[in-house]
Amino acid sequence: MSERITREEVAHVAKLARLELSESELEVFTSQLAKVLDHAADVEALDVGDVPPTAHPYPLRNVFRDDVVGPTLDRDEVLAEAPAADTGMFSVPRILGEEP
Amino acid sequence: MTAPPGPALTIAAAVRAGERTAREVVEEHLAEIEAREATIHAFNLVLADEARAAADAVDAKVAAGIDPGPLAGVPVALKDNLCTRGIPTTCSSRILDGWRPPYDATVVDRLRETGAIVIGKANLDEFAMGSSTENSAFGPTRNPADPTRVPGGSSGGSAAAVAAGFAPLALGSDTGGSIRQPAALCGVVGLKPTYGTVSRYGLVAFASSLDQIGPFARSVADAAALFEVIAGHDPLDSTSIPEAIPPVSETLDRGVDGLRVGVIAELLELGIAPDVASRTRHAAEALARAGAKVDEVSVPAAVYGLSAYYLIAPAEASSNLARFDGMRYGLRVERPTAEETMVATRTAGFGAEVKRRIMLGTYALSAGYYDAYYGKAQRVRTLIVRDFARAYEQFDVLLSPTSPTTAFEIGAKTSDPLTMYLNDVCTIPSNLAGDPAISVPFGVGDDGLPVGVQLLAPALGEPTLFRAAAALEALAPTTEGAEQ
Repeated sequence: MSERITREEVAHVAKLARLELSESELEVFTSQLAKVLDHAADVEALDVGDVPPTAHPYPLRNVFRDDVVGPTLDRDEVLAEAPAADTGMFSVPRILGEEP
Repeated sequence: MTAPPGPALTIAAAVRAGERTAREVVEEHLAEIEAREATIHAFNLVLADEARAAADAVDAKVAAGIDPGPLAGVPVALKDNLCTRGIPTTCSSRILDGWRPPYDATVVDRLRETGAIVIGKANLDEFAMGSSTENSAFGPTRNPADPTRVPGGSSGGSAAAVAAGFAPLALGSDTGGSIRQPAALCGVVGLKPTYGTVSRYGLVAFASSLDQIGPFARSVADAAALFEVIAGHDPLDSTSIPEAIPPVSETLDRGVDGLRVGVIAELLELGIAPDVASRTRHAAEALARAGAKVDEVSVPAAVYGLSAYYLIAPAEASSNLARFDGMRYGLRVERPTAEETMVATRTAGFGAEVKRRIMLGTYALSAGYYDAYYGKAQRVRTLIVRDFARAYEQFDVLLSPTSPTTAFEIGAKTSDPLTMYLNDVCTIPSNLAGDPAISVPFGVGDDGLPVGVQLLAPALGEPTLFRAAAALEALAPTTEGAEQ
């Protein structure tokens, strides 16, 4: 059952999730995730036929409101809690960089 | 009203009648916190000054002849994943350490309107992921019944605060059992309401199709009162159901005569400790003697709940926790580019269990695996919904243990995540189905530690659920373990 998830897959998934793992963490997480997925395998093996999926327990559809301007968050209060702010905006590090 | 009011309602009545001041009530609870909080660590933050100010405001209203509200003067602990404006809300994570929300959760607004006093932000497993509160970045909470043991999780701080007498009421959140399991382990009442009855606006999201906020209390009547305060449609939460919530307090003392109670067969087998199973059977027998029609019922798909949950919940969490990127709030570990900053921030800010679940969820949703894992799990969820619906054709409420064991020792289950996940086997099915369920204390295990029994009802079945819970509470053995 050790092929349930490979080290390479865990490294790939970590990258997708914007997480950096050390070598030993990669080792530990791979074996832990494999165990959980083993347990989850009984779901994978079930024959559910043509049973439809349930994404939400309560069948609400199209919850709309009128497009009317109302109160919202106080900008200064929001920006006061930002790691960095400038001229009424969040200040962030350079976004367009080299492809990693 | 023949059902006796619990400690919270008793305080509120006394404060409203001018027999006690809210200030005096708050000082009494702060003294309790002063005496034991260093051992218990129920709170990330005790709000002593704020509580005193809020209490003075309640007393001023009473003095001026203004109605201070139905829960006036009652201290309440809030799980620290509930946004409180201007007050640190950490989710027990380093990534939000010190962050102060610019808004209050809807449930916090509703609570404050009743004159209740927010006394502290309670500890939890980081981002509500865990069953023992050992995943908190700020240290575990200890069970007031035995401080060498866990209080359960993820709402361990809320449960412990109520059990220790730090506050008669608390709010927690329940995604896979995070209110009910700690309630059982600490010996208090804990309810997971019907999905959509309580607004999630201001609850930091873990798994959006499963999360619900709910009450902790030392009595069913108090839990009912708090449920009525927080429940009800909220336009700020588009998953909030539009129907009116049926009242629950007025039918509490109807008893269980003729009530059809189904004991879930599968949940008495799945690794349940013999003393817990025995207590659950005693509870069933007690209900039968009180006039209920008790029988066994099979909910076959319940067996798959754990596996489906540990695909669905992490998948939803991986999406919800993508927002913690160091850009707009919380921790930022600065690097030359935004992407490197995100990686460094998340790596430093999240604990191991959170990382594990994010990766599990990302994997379950990734190309090539979506159908086999997440897609399949959502269809198993439908089977669970259908099996419960079938059971409710023959029964009004269902019964099971809440937790497979009594409180385990701190550190006993942390080496293997899967062992920890098994704690949720009885509670998870109701989250998947969206149905309400409540844990009621029912005696102690062979080790003298609290045991909780779980009652389940169909969606919007809270009136019947609370009625059965009140009856069960009245039938519970005394903590000296006297057999019925």
